Amino acid sequence: MAVFKQQVAKKAPNLKIGVIHWLRENLFSSVVNSVLTLLALYLIYLIVPTVVNWALFDATFAPVTNEQCGREGACWSYIIEKLDLFMYGFYPPESYWRPQWVLILALIFVWIAKLLKQHKYKTKIVTTLIIIYPIIALFLLYGGLSLEIVETHKWGGLMLTIVVATAGIVASFPIGVLLALGRQSKMPVIRFLSVVYIEFIRGLPLITILFMASVVLPLFFNEGMDMDKLLRALIGITLFQSVYIAEVIRGGLQVIPKGQYEAADAMGLSFVQKTGLIILPQALKISIPNIVGSFIALFKDTTLLLIIGLFDILSMVHLTSSDENWLGRSTEGYVFVMVVMWIILYSMSRYSKALELRYSTDHKN
Amino acid sequence: MNTTSKNIFLSLLALTGGLYAQADTLSDVQAKGSLSCGVSSGLVGFSSTDSAGRWKGLDVDICRAVAAATLGDANKVKFVPLTAKERFTALQSGEIDLLSRNTTWTTTRDTSLGFNFAGVNYYDGQGFMVKKSLGVTSAKELNGATFCLQAGTTTELTLADYFVSNGMSYHSSPSDTSAQSKKGFSTGRCDALTSDQSQLYALKTTLKDPSSAIILKDIISKEPLGPVVRQGDDKWFNIVKWSLNAMIGAEEFGINSNNVNAKFKNPEALRLLGRSGNLHKHLGLSKKWAFNIISQVGNYAQSFDRNVGKDTPLNISRGLNALWRDGGILYSPPFR
Repeated sequence: MAVFKQQVAKKAPNLKIGVIHWLRENLFSSVVNSVLTLLALYLIYLIVPTVVNWALFDATFAPVTNEQCGREGACWSYIIEKLDLFMYGFYPPESYWRPQWVLILALIFVWIAKLLKQHKYKTKIVTTLIIIYPIIALFLLYGGLSLEIVETHKWGGLMLTIVVATAGIVASFPIGVLLALGRQSKMPVIRFLSVVYIEFIRGLPLITILFMASVVLPLFFNEGMDMDKLLRALIGITLFQSVYIAEVIRGGLQVIPKGQYEAADAMGLSFVQKTGLIILPQALKISIPNIVGSFIALFKDTTLLLIIGLFDILSMVHLTSSDENWLGRSTEGYVFVMVVMWIILYSMSRYSKALELRYSTDHKN
Repeated sequence: MNTTSKNIFLSLLALTGGLYAQADTLSDVQAKGSLSCGVSSGLVGFSSTDSAGRWKGLDVDICRAVAAATLGDANKVKFVPLTAKERFTALQSGEIDLLSRNTTWTTTRDTSLGFNFAGVNYYDGQGFMVKKSLGVTSAKELNGATFCLQAGTTTELTLADYFVSNGMSYHSSPSDTSAQSKKGFSTGRCDALTSDQSQLYALKTTLKDPSSAIILKDIISKEPLGPVVRQGDDKWFNIVKWSLNAMIGAEEFGINSNNVNAKFKNPEALRLLGRSGNLHKHLGLSKKWAFNIISQVGNYAQSFDRNVGKDTPLNISRGLNALWRDGGILYSPPFR
C-alpha cells in the first residue's frame, strides 16, 4: 500500500508572483513598454538626483547671509529671512495677530456649523455666521474704531492671495447663481441682459479686466477720488468669476429633469420656493466638482495681480529677490511658492471630493 | 500696440491730465500728510525692500527726499509699486504725486505726455559683461563675438546700431528673460552679455564665480533716469528738481547726514542749509527743507553708496554718476 506523505506545497514559480512578476506585468510587458520604462528611468536618473541634491543635500537651512549660502545648492535661508514678507507683505508685524485671528475665526465658525448638525435653528445660525464673518474679517484686517487702520497697500503675500481669492469666491457665488437663473428666466429682458453680460465677460481674458481696473478706470475719476487699487482688482475678479460660476450652475440646472419643476408647481410652490427648495439644491449638488474646479482656477488666477503691482505671494518672489543683499535667489522663491500653492490647492480639491461624497444621494452604484 | 497708436493713446491720457493742470500738489501733499510716490515693483538697487518690508533704493531715496523737504519727515511716503505699463497713468490720474521709477528721459515722454522730468538721478546706459579669460578691455575689441541679450528690447537695436556704425560684425543669442541670458552667459553659449549697466552689476553678483567676469567701461546708449511730475504745476516741479539738486549739491559742499550740524564756511552751503538767504521762500518750503533731506536721507554719494555703490554687493562704480569735478557729469546749478 502506497503511503502518501504530505508534500509541502511548492511555491509558485518566481515568474508568477512577487516583485519580478509585478515588474514583468506592469513595466516590461512588451518591447515598447520596456523601452519606455527604461527611458523613464533614465529621465528620473537625470532629474531626481540633481533636484534632490540642490534642494536638500547641498542646500543651506541655517539662517545665514546670502554670501555664506554659496551658489552650489538651494539657499532656504532666503525663505526664512523673507518669510514675513511672503506671508503678510507689508502688514505691520505688531498686528500679525489680526490676519491670524481672521483665519482662526473661520475655523471656529466652520466647527460651530459642524457641531450644530440637525439643530432646529441651524440654518438661521449658519446664515448669521456667513453674514457677519466678512464684516468681522474686514474690520480685523483693515481696522477702524479703536483698531489702528492698516491700509490695503500694505497687505501682501499669502495673506493677500487668500483675501483676494476668498473675497472673489464669496462675492461671485451669489452673483453667479443669479446670473444662471437669469439666463434660464422666461422674462426676455432679464434673460437678454444675463446672456449679454455673460458672453461679454467670457470673451475677455482676466488680465484685460485687471488692466482696465488698474490703468483705465482711474482716468475716469476726478483727482483725489482715487478708489482703492485692491478694491478695483476685487471688483474686476468678481465680475470675471461670477460668469464662470453662472455657466457651471447653468450646467447643473439643465440636467434637472422637467418633472421636478412640474412636481414643484403641482405642489403649489411659489417661484422662490420652487427655486430655493427644489431646483437649486439639486443643481448645486451636481455642480460641486465644477464649482470647486473654477474656484481652484480663480485661486491660481490671483497670481495675475503681479501685473498690476499688487504683491501677492508670487510677486513677493520678484520683490524679495531684487533686494541687493539676496540677489539670485528667485529659484528658491518660486519653488517655495509652488509648494505652498500646491498644498492649498490640493487641500481644496480633496475637500471637494469629500463634499461630493457627503451629498452623494444619486443612484449610481 | 505699435508705437504710433501707443503714442496717440498716451496723448489722449495727457489731454485728460490737462484738466488737473491748476492743481496745487504741494498743498495736497501737506494736507494729506504723506507723499504718494510711484516706484518700481522690484528693481535691484533702485527700488526694493529689506527683509522687514522697508523700501530702499536710489529711486526710493528721491521719494524720501521730497517727503523730507515738503513734510519734514522722510518716512511720510506712501510707496505705490507700479509696473512699467501702469506708471504713466498713475501719474496722470493723480494716484501718485511723483513718479520715481527708473524712467528714461526722452523727448516724447517729456513733450507729448504732459510730464516734466525733474532731473536725472542715475545715468544708465547699455554696457557689456565679458568673461575675464577673453582678455577684452574695450567694446571695440568684440568684433565677431556672440552676445546674450533679451529679445524684444531696445537692447537688440542699440547693439545692432553700434556694430554697424563701427563696421564690426556680431552674432546674437536672444532669450526671453534676463535670468536666461545669464544662464547662456555662464554656460558659455555666448562671449558677452549686454544689458543696461546697472542690471549687469546685479547679474554679475549672481554668477557662480562673480570674479570670472568683468563689466566693460564702455556705454553704448544713453539712459538718463529721473523723477517725473505732471506738467502744469511748476511749484511742485521746482520742489522735486531742487530736492534732487540739494542732494547733489550737498555732496559737492561736503555736507552729509553726519556733519550736517557742523559749521560751514562756504556761503552756498549756508544758503542750501537755510542758515542765510531765503531760498526756501521761493520754493514755498520751510527753512529746513534741505537740512531735512540731508539729515534724514543723506547726500547723493551716501544714497549711491548705500543702494548701488561700494557698500552693496553690486559695487557699481560712480562712472558717469560722479560729480563733474570727479570725472562724471553730475552737476547741480548754483544755490543762489
